[in-house]
Amino acid sequence: MSGILVIAEAREGALRPVSFELIAAARELSEHGAGLVTVALVDHDAEALAGALAVAGVQEILAVPTPEPRVEAHVTQAAVEHLVAQRRPSLVLAGHTLDSLGFAPAVAAHGAHGFASDVTAVSWSDRGVLAWRPAYGEQLVAELNFPGKETVVLLLRPGSYAAAAAAAADGDGAVIGAGEATIERLALDLAASSRSERVELHETPSGEADIAKADFVLAIGRGAASAERVAELERLAARIGATLAVSGPLVEAGWAARARKVGQSGKTVAPRIYLALGISGAAQHLAGMSRSRTIIAVNSDAQARIFDVAHYGAVADLFEVAAELERALCGQRDLD
Amino acid sequence: MKILVPVKQVTRLRDDFAMRAADAANAGGGAVALTPDALEWSANEWDAFSLEAALALRDDAVRNGAGDVEVVAVTVGDEHSEPALRTALAMGVERAIRVWDEALDDTLDGGDPLSVARLLAAVAEAESPQLILCGAQSADMANAATGVALAGLLDFAHVAVVSTVERDGGRLIVQRELEGGAVELLRISTPALLTVQTSIDKPRRPNLRAIKQARTAAVTVLGLGKLGLNADTLSAAAGARTAGLYTRPAGRATLLEGSPAEIAERIAAIVNEAIAS
Repeated sequence: MSGILVIAEAREGALRPVSFELIAAARELSEHGAGLVTVALVDHDAEALAGALAVAGVQEILAVPTPEPRVEAHVTQAAVEHLVAQRRPSLVLAGHTLDSLGFAPAVAAHGAHGFASDVTAVSWSDRGVLAWRPAYGEQLVAELNFPGKETVVLLLRPGSYAAAAAAAADGDGAVIGAGEATIERLALDLAASSRSERVELHETPSGEADIAKADFVLAIGRGAASAERVAELERLAARIGATLAVSGPLVEAGWAARARKVGQSGKTVAPRIYLALGISGAAQHLAGMSRSRTIIAVNSDAQARIFDVAHYGAVADLFEVAAELERALCGQRDLD
Repeated sequence: MKILVPVKQVTRLRDDFAMRAADAANAGGGAVALTPDALEWSANEWDAFSLEAALALRDDAVRNGAGDVEVVAVTVGDEHSEPALRTALAMGVERAIRVWDEALDDTLDGGDPLSVARLLAAVAEAESPQLILCGAQSADMANAATGVALAGLLDFAHVAVVSTVERDGGRLIVQRELEGGAVELLRISTPALLTVQTSIDKPRRPNLRAIKQARTAAVTVLGLGKLGLNADTLSAAAGARTAGLYTRPAGRATLLEGSPAEIAERIAAIVNEAIAS
């Protein structure tokens, strides 16, 4: 068979942005002959959210309601396995995200499908599917092929494709960007598939500044080196009108609150300015900030991965630059 | 209870090789041929945490009189991979298994999570663990997929990226990290597979005596025949083939140069312009 099956993501009653990046990738592959684009949403609110997935290039939307309002890996796995068995798509695209990593590798292994994760680019041609992903700690890029596989499951790194515009009504009520997609509700018996029971949910503690809403984020990483220096940089952030964010190791060291973490298991941010001081740029961190409008990185290691996504980079000691930064920014900016 | 902990000795490019590759990339070069001497090996950072989680469950069981817990470490790879097992033995696992076969030299793409999961599944079928604890990902290939793929092959209950694990009678209570910084507590039944994040308890450091003893401890080496597999079944299980390796395109960042004060001035100008626009 043929076609592309996109597995959209939602959480707490809202579609996650990666869904539209997956659609953009699928649309590009479809234009190169990979077949029609079907988007499946396996979620408690699937029917309510399905309409928003009707963007140009999507032919069909499948809303698969789930029994509980949470992502349960085995439930999603059962639903996706059902869809793959029924439709036998050439490609299944999902996000390289915490939720999809919880089920997609099991779907691929169980069905003996082709598979690759953390994929940054995909192509479709006479040679079949090719995928590219980082290898050797991001030092190299591997080109992968999938000989003999009827279905290939790929998890795309968030930020690798620019999102397809979400459907939105203009002033006259006409829907802009909407395609000709049909929406079908697919009632699957998924209640028996759940293999976990939620005991508690802890939302991100409130009361901390919301880094996802900031225009100017000052992000610091392992290079900040100590609790005292983190506190120092937090004061600098306040003085220059920025919101402090951190990479994972600082949270694990207990130097910063979890709510300030940017990355795969933290928050995704896209501020006007992302000023990264002493951040090396691990893939998990890049997943949370690579779509920022302007990225400036200061790191003493010229090989740091952060320079691959930064628009401006300086190879320098972060504390020396930070000390001067206060002078340069506080002198000019109106702090209200 | 038996806990199986798959571990990996990861690779990175030696600095001199990486620099030559980067130079070639800047000169417009592309494909890279990796020779064995281009790589250096080290233990995967995440595995210390999955080993710690397994050993902590064993310690708890001893303290609470909750029966014996046996922890078995397993790796897939040639003799370069053995230090990963020696580390696990020094930390305190009871047994160590290395899966390798000369036939794998040509057939196994070590970076392919589905192939590695297939080999580990054969070990799990022989060992019948109630719990499998994997690192959330490996530092070199970062597939973050081998554990959940293994659960799919074994039909184990699974939770990816957990930051705590506790026994709750015959079941487990685990904390799963969600995007956005939220966490959920889940109760699951065994047999189960968890992938463990580095935010779980700090790994114990083995003492010198344990390190010394681990050097000479026995490691069981299992070939394909012992696992009921052959090169063909393994090829069929592969998720992908590596068709080529390339240097990364050079970064697109505009370099800000000069003294720290000059760099700060440039940054201030960029910030002010971006905030104003």
